[in-house]
Amino acid sequence: MIPVEVFLTFILMLSIFLGFELINKVPATLHTPLMSGANAISGVTVVGAISLAGSGQQDLANWLGAAAVALATINVVGGYLVTDRMLAMFKKKGS
Amino acid sequence: MDILTQYAYIVSAALFIYGLKQLSSPATARRGNAISSLGMLIAIVATLVGQDIVDFQWIAIGIVIGGIIGGTAARMVQMTKMPEMVALFNGFGGMASLLVGWAAFAFRPDVGTFTLVTIILSILIGGVTFTGSMIAYGKLSERISSAALLFSGQQVVNSLIVLGIVGSSIMFCLEPSSGGWLFWVIGLSLLFGVMVVIPIGGADMPVVISLLNSYSGLAACAAGFAVDNNILIVAGALVGASGIILTQVMCKAMNRSLTNVLFSGFGSGKVETSKVEGEIKPIIAEDAFYILEAASTVAIVPGYGMAVAQAQHVVKELAELLEKNGAEVSFGIHPVAGRMPGHMNVLLAEADVPYDQLLEMDEINPRMENVDVAIVIGANDVVNPAARENESSPIYGMPVINVDHARTVFVLKRSMASGFAGIENPLFYKENTRMLFGDAKESIAGLVREFS
Repeated sequence: MIPVEVFLTFILMLSIFLGFELINKVPATLHTPLMSGANAISGVTVVGAISLAGSGQQDLANWLGAAAVALATINVVGGYLVTDRMLAMFKKKGS
Repeated sequence: MDILTQYAYIVSAALFIYGLKQLSSPATARRGNAISSLGMLIAIVATLVGQDIVDFQWIAIGIVIGGIIGGTAARMVQMTKMPEMVALFNGFGGMASLLVGWAAFAFRPDVGTFTLVTIILSILIGGVTFTGSMIAYGKLSERISSAALLFSGQQVVNSLIVLGIVGSSIMFCLEPSSGGWLFWVIGLSLLFGVMVVIPIGGADMPVVISLLNSYSGLAACAAGFAVDNNILIVAGALVGASGIILTQVMCKAMNRSLTNVLFSGFGSGKVETSKVEGEIKPIIAEDAFYILEAASTVAIVPGYGMAVAQAQHVVKELAELLEKNGAEVSFGIHPVAGRMPGHMNVLLAEADVPYDQLLEMDEINPRMENVDVAIVIGANDVVNPAARENESSPIYGMPVINVDHARTVFVLKRSMASGFAGIENPLFYKENTRMLFGDAKESIAGLVREFS
């Protein structure tokens, strides 16, 4: 059985290379929406925060988790919406 | 963790990746963003229905508060203020990771050394990202001075902070039960975030927010290790890679190394004394109009000044009039024009300029010889020919848009004060340059009036 750390590090390594390949294809004109979209994706921390905020114990971990849920949700909701707002403005000539 | 949740994460990761892939063209980008958000929704729902969750009350409160703030901010923010918003969001992402790292330890203190190290990393990167982003936000919004702040002994202080962080991190991993070390790491990380951003001037902010964007991803990644969650690792790594690439693009566009941007305090009180030959030739709107009316190709080069003056809409109006008059109009966008990567493109898109009319520096420079009139709007350093001609200039070697190769150059400028970095610009003194002084929006509106 492979230890979980090795497995996670493996995922990390592949994701970093994949990230470089993907982002290198994004044209300069979309760099601002890319950054706000990245804000939204980094809000994925909300997933980690949810399991800590929902432990059912009224302890420190629970409060910290709840605060993290709120902050990460700002990023998820705000990030995706503002990116959509921006991308809707990009139009081709004549359309 | 629930096995179904794990399978849902695989779907989410695929949607994130596919969404980013769609971002390779403005035509598909919006759909890509929607696909990515669907991936996020799946990840969140899968976590909520997972077996670990027993109490939904605090999660619901957090999501409602965050959703309202995020939704309102996204709807209200002006496009000129996007750099500030991204800086704030970078900070929130960092703080969320710090809290998750801390909560993971509070929830389960008896973990192995590997997990302790990742907890420390998520707190450290998250903390630096948070305060660093807050300072960047302050500088961008001019709530604090945007100048580079340098003081004697700065390097010594920073080195001591780094030593303190390393020391207290090691102590924490060795003795996690004596709670004190954790607070040292938190406090010192937050302090370090302030210290790394204060010596960086306003004009270098595109680099800083790209880098902090990357850190917010890496912090999420570290938090993923701290709570054994692979979707955090995948998504965090994608964001981390994105920020690093943007940072490289920005550094290359300024011909400077990342180290130089971070530590040199560029533009802080450095005054250049080299004399520029020639004289300033001002022009009034009426005369500028006659030249523009006769032009068959016009290149418009915007900079941060266009954003400050909110001139993008009148610029579009002028471009339309010029096209109606038979001229071919294009926009030349320098990678570091504005306060964040791609800032000018968004502003012009907002003003309904089609994206195929926006040319990157490498596309427009070869055409510059055939341009009748180049109009520079609130840009300075990115069109400075000293970067090509004057080896003693601080920006020598930086790639610039060669507007001086056009037959005539109009420079719209408030006054003769030098640019953000305080560098003399010989463009203003060139034979073919005419200065149109005044507020950029007013000046353009003046030209528009001449046309109608």
